[in-house]
Amino acid sequence: MRKSLRNKGFLPGFGMTMGYTIVYLSLLVLIPLSVLFLKATTMSWEHFVGTILDSRVLASIRVSILTSFFAACVNAVFGVLVAWVLARYQFFGKRIIDGIVDLPFALPTAVGGIALTSIYAENGWIGQYLAEWGIKVAYTPLGIWVALTFIGLPFVVRTVQPVLQDWDLQMEEAAATLGASRLRTFVRVILPHLMPAILTGFALAFARALGEYGSVVFISGNMPLKTEIVPLLIMTKLEQFDYAGATAIAAVMLIASFVMLLIINYLQWRINKFDAAR
Amino acid sequence: MSIEVVNITKSYKNFTALKDVSLQIPEGELVALLGPSGSGKTTLLRLIAGLEQPEQGSILFNGEDNTDRDVRERRVGFVFQHYALFRHMNIFDNIAFGLTVRSRKTRPSKQEIHERVHSLLKLVQLEGLAHRYPSQLSGGQRQRVALARALAVEPKFLLLDEPFGALDTKVRQELRRWLRHLHGKLGLTILFVTHDQEEAMELADQVVVMNEGRVEQVGPPEEIYNYPANPFVYSFLGRVNLFRGRIQNGIVKLGEAEFETDSVQQPGEYPAIGYMRPHDVEVSLTPKWEQSVQAQIRHISPLGPIVRLDLKRLDTEEVFEAELTRQRFTELGLAEKAIVYVTLHNLSFYVDSQPAQAPSPAFIPLQASI
Repeated sequence: MRKSLRNKGFLPGFGMTMGYTIVYLSLLVLIPLSVLFLKATTMSWEHFVGTILDSRVLASIRVSILTSFFAACVNAVFGVLVAWVLARYQFFGKRIIDGIVDLPFALPTAVGGIALTSIYAENGWIGQYLAEWGIKVAYTPLGIWVALTFIGLPFVVRTVQPVLQDWDLQMEEAAATLGASRLRTFVRVILPHLMPAILTGFALAFARALGEYGSVVFISGNMPLKTEIVPLLIMTKLEQFDYAGATAIAAVMLIASFVMLLIINYLQWRINKFDAAR
Repeated sequence: MSIEVVNITKSYKNFTALKDVSLQIPEGELVALLGPSGSGKTTLLRLIAGLEQPEQGSILFNGEDNTDRDVRERRVGFVFQHYALFRHMNIFDNIAFGLTVRSRKTRPSKQEIHERVHSLLKLVQLEGLAHRYPSQLSGGQRQRVALARALAVEPKFLLLDEPFGALDTKVRQELRRWLRHLHGKLGLTILFVTHDQEEAMELADQVVVMNEGRVEQVGPPEEIYNYPANPFVYSFLGRVNLFRGRIQNGIVKLGEAEFETDSVQQPGEYPAIGYMRPHDVEVSLTPKWEQSVQAQIRHISPLGPIVRLDLKRLDTEEVFEAELTRQRFTELGLAEKAIVYVTLHNLSFYVDSQPAQAPSPAFIPLQASI
């Protein structure tokens, strides 16, 4: 009895917080998603497979996954750069830049999509110069990629920034006294420490990009088999009252995202071994 | 390798960390940089390592100017106070780091690195822990890994920044002994920073006492303790009693006690401060000497082999400390509130130039014990 009292620590309440966590997650995530699967099971197997293996659906899955993946990759690199600048240096206007990073969060994504489209369209600000080089952004997968990069930017920055702010400069100094060049210090000492945070940011940006709809529909042009993304296809199915078809695609996307998040979590666990050993 | 620091000045935004500091460290010596926090000792160490750049002055290794050389090329072993181990690498990789980051041309073979790391693990007595991570080691073990990592690159000398500062007393003492032993074995020049005078006394061949960005005194521990160059050094190296009085024509008056001195021979009358160690206070029940004065015991602290008395002089009301052996204490049969005679030996006098200022940090513990 005494022992159990002692083990509760200063802030007890595991039972209560865990209970709320389960209820909260159930109401918001688990039950809606289970219903989705239930709905999908009302289809016959042939119908289900037929819906999924439709060339238009397959093409959209391909477009969605590839553009989301590359967008997350770009964010993983440049997000670290932005976080680095914000965490390591003091300069005029730092707070403004810090605020700008969150804009893709705050803005209705449709607004972002329209803005991007107008800039990157063939007669837009940037688009006209790119057009001279023969690069078309708007209404191509490249455009989707730009939009997804835009909405995914804050994730990596905001996960990496705190890690960099807590970074112990002495580790860099130690590497320097041991003769390590700047590049080697970054690659062998700093980067491994950032990796878990980068992966988290990557996973978040990737997951967000897979589900993004608002900003993409404007810039992508929505051409079937070319620039159609999965969320849009689901919307199309819904508009045609093909609820079963929509849920079938949704279920597949859900499983795909889940598997990918699992893989990233596994990688993170592998990298994080040194912290887990604590 | 010998280290020479010539007229180094270093300042940060709004304060000067080092003011025209010069220092020579002969080859193979174990030297302590001793001083209170903010005295510039760590800055000096970092300047020697090349982690900071001085505004003025130069730093020479074996007579060769290294002032403008990059930290990466100085080949200096540096051990940080909080170890700064690479958390994501196991112990083996931590120690091997300095070797594996070399360019392909100068990098030893895998086999050589393996042998070198294992011989270092043996040296720091951590064999068998090669595959652990730093987070799985105790503080003392981490410190030894940090040392092994610094030694792996065969440095010209070792610089240790408060090497034992974050460890508990017992581990600290073990590590001190071990470092002394290591120094004897390797014959390497070692320079370490500490604010703990006991550590400096116990370990070092030479002690450099620093205060407010200046070197106050350099010498072997014995010399520094027995012949402190100034009041600061006196009060920094151990507990000290202060007596205020006046000095006139070589005669110092401290209350009813009078002392002849040859340390201050200027004519005229000046305010003076007498410094003395608590163990130089002789306590007796009868006057021993004509200078003996009366004092009342305010508090008795038994501290293992010695007993410390808090005393108050009856003539000047000054508060001071005396340290007796336990045996002497029992012989005298002292109790609190008792009146005893004290005789002050080995007083050092300094002319009190700024009577208004609290002269030394050692005065603070005395007051705190009231």
